[in-house]
Amino acid sequence: MTSLSLRDVRKSFGPTEIIRGVTLDVAPGERHCIIGPNGAGKTTCFNLISGRFPITSGEILLNGHRIDQLPPHRINRMGLSRSFQITSIFHRLSVFENLRCALLWSMGYRYSFWSPLWRQKALNERADALLEDLNLTSRRDVLAGLLSYAEQRALEIGMTIAGGASVILLDEPTAGMSNTETDYAMALIRRVTEGKTLLMVEHDMKVVFDLADVITVLVYGQVIASGPPAAVRASRAVQEAYLGALEG
Amino acid sequence: MRAWWLILLVIVVALALPWGFYDWAHHRHAGFLISMLSQMGMMVILALSYNMLLGQAGLFSLCHATFFGIGGYATVHFLNAAGAGELPVPMEFMPLLAGLCGLALAILFGAMATKQRTTAFAMITLGIGELMATAALMFQHFFGGEGGVTTDRMINNSIFGLNYAHGIEVYYLIVAWTVIATGLMYFLTLTPLGRMANATRDNFERAQFIGYDPRSVRFLQFALAGFFAGIGGGLYAITYEIVTFDALGAPLSANALLMAYIGGSGVFGGPILGAVLITLLQSGVSLLSNSWLVYVGVLFIGMVIFAPSGLAGIIQAHGPIQRSGRLGQLAVPYLRLLVPSMAAVFGFVGLVELLSFLTIGEAQGKKLVLFGNPIHAASALPWVISAVALLAGGIWLRWEATGFRRIWTSLSSGQQA
Repeated sequence: MTSLSLRDVRKSFGPTEIIRGVTLDVAPGERHCIIGPNGAGKTTCFNLISGRFPITSGEILLNGHRIDQLPPHRINRMGLSRSFQITSIFHRLSVFENLRCALLWSMGYRYSFWSPLWRQKALNERADALLEDLNLTSRRDVLAGLLSYAEQRALEIGMTIAGGASVILLDEPTAGMSNTETDYAMALIRRVTEGKTLLMVEHDMKVVFDLADVITVLVYGQVIASGPPAAVRASRAVQEAYLGALEG
Repeated sequence: MRAWWLILLVIVVALALPWGFYDWAHHRHAGFLISMLSQMGMMVILALSYNMLLGQAGLFSLCHATFFGIGGYATVHFLNAAGAGELPVPMEFMPLLAGLCGLALAILFGAMATKQRTTAFAMITLGIGELMATAALMFQHFFGGEGGVTTDRMINNSIFGLNYAHGIEVYYLIVAWTVIATGLMYFLTLTPLGRMANATRDNFERAQFIGYDPRSVRFLQFALAGFFAGIGGGLYAITYEIVTFDALGAPLSANALLMAYIGGSGVFGGPILGAVLITLLQSGVSLLSNSWLVYVGVLFIGMVIFAPSGLAGIIQAHGPIQRSGRLGQLAVPYLRLLVPSMAAVFGFVGLVELLSFLTIGEAQGKKLVLFGNPIHAASALPWVISAVALLAGGIWLRWEATGFRRIWTSLSSGQQA
């Protein structure tokens, strides 16, 4: 069974069709990268999968269950979590509180207004362990809005994986980072997504070819190639549509 | 640890203050003081519960008095039923019943209003507030129309054997409930719901992608805020023994907003400061001047422009300087600000009072007394003095403010170096 599968998914904004029949299968534990030129619809695809926008037609299945009619919080509870291209955190809460919020639902607290947070030992320990994983322990009580860009990106990834989702969607996690920061971020991503299914949009080709088991190339809302890195690299269509344009 | 001492101090002061003004010769309490302190207690609850929405959840509600008012009206009917022997509930638990009424109504209205957030939410609450104000005039059986509904609080059912004939007994009931409600509201800020309210305030979209439905968070927060506002309304009914539509109208909703904002919506205790200050202005300044609302308005505008984080925010901003042990260095700069501020305030108050005297006061046959001096409003001199004081004070203040800002910046940045 596939972790995530898209069946002829289409999305129109007004008369313009942005996603024009995308079919995609992601196997459990696979590291799957989506590449494509700007405006190809990569982020829109993420928004459709995660429930941020409704799809126009087609089907999306998560572990065999339809999710394309569900709101984002329901999809998240079913085990799919995403990050954002533009950092999306709770900027007036501390780093620790951000991570603790991201853990709450998965640890069964729901909308509790009777459990005092300071007494939830397991919850607080896990938030602290996450801080350690993200190398943010020294920034524990700093407001998230005051972190450096790279630190905010790390926090963003941390919040995405905190709830223990089995399918992780990362939208350009290394955008705007220096080479060193990118290396660090990729090491972090490898570590924290160990054993999970990973679907990632990325522009940095080095990162993509290093990490991916499968690469899907999206151009103008359509999949023009999908397969192992070597096959995609060799594909004539891809070279013409995308890689050639980059090198030229 | 220091916070606990501060809380204890506030409670002790609240309990002891009436005895500081006790008239031992006639064995009487200072009635004015007790009614002002009682009013403060209710307003503290109202402002804090309002801030569960404004400060903690980022919800700009314009109908918060609705839930305060319904608690008040319901309590009048509960007290009447209790007086007639039909409701065996001791006085001490009446505010709890009032809170439950606030909760019930907030669940009903919250289900509508919290479908939306930001401006649309504010618009729905504006409509709800108006709806309830109209209902209060239309449905006479429950709301009593323009005259309101009245009751007698001496129901002779108290777990402490009190009959609540005296204001001081009611005041202590208010202190007790204010402490309880404040404690509970503070506790809520430390629960998963309280934290997710902050999270949805900061970024409602992200909250969805960590498994929370922001709408449910808004709804629960709104309902609970209605519960506490209802408790405040219950205390109002017990204190005044009459509830009219003033207790649920838009002016009181606006007051809740003013208190939370002026006090500082970003800090839990901020609205307490706001409630105390506004009540002082309301009870104190309104005795001295017809124009007290003008001063509240100007204070509000001034705070929004110059100190959007409120009184609590101003106090908080001193934290880093205090920790670096340089607070003393601010004394002289503050003094230098004080002098021109006083001049400007003097001039402004002078002008407002002169104007108000000419429009209202004279017709009432009053004499104008400003700062202890009888003033002849028709002569030019007081106008000139006031105008000059306002202008000169204002310009001088601007000039001093530049210097103050420089010192402030160097003190707070020096702390980081």
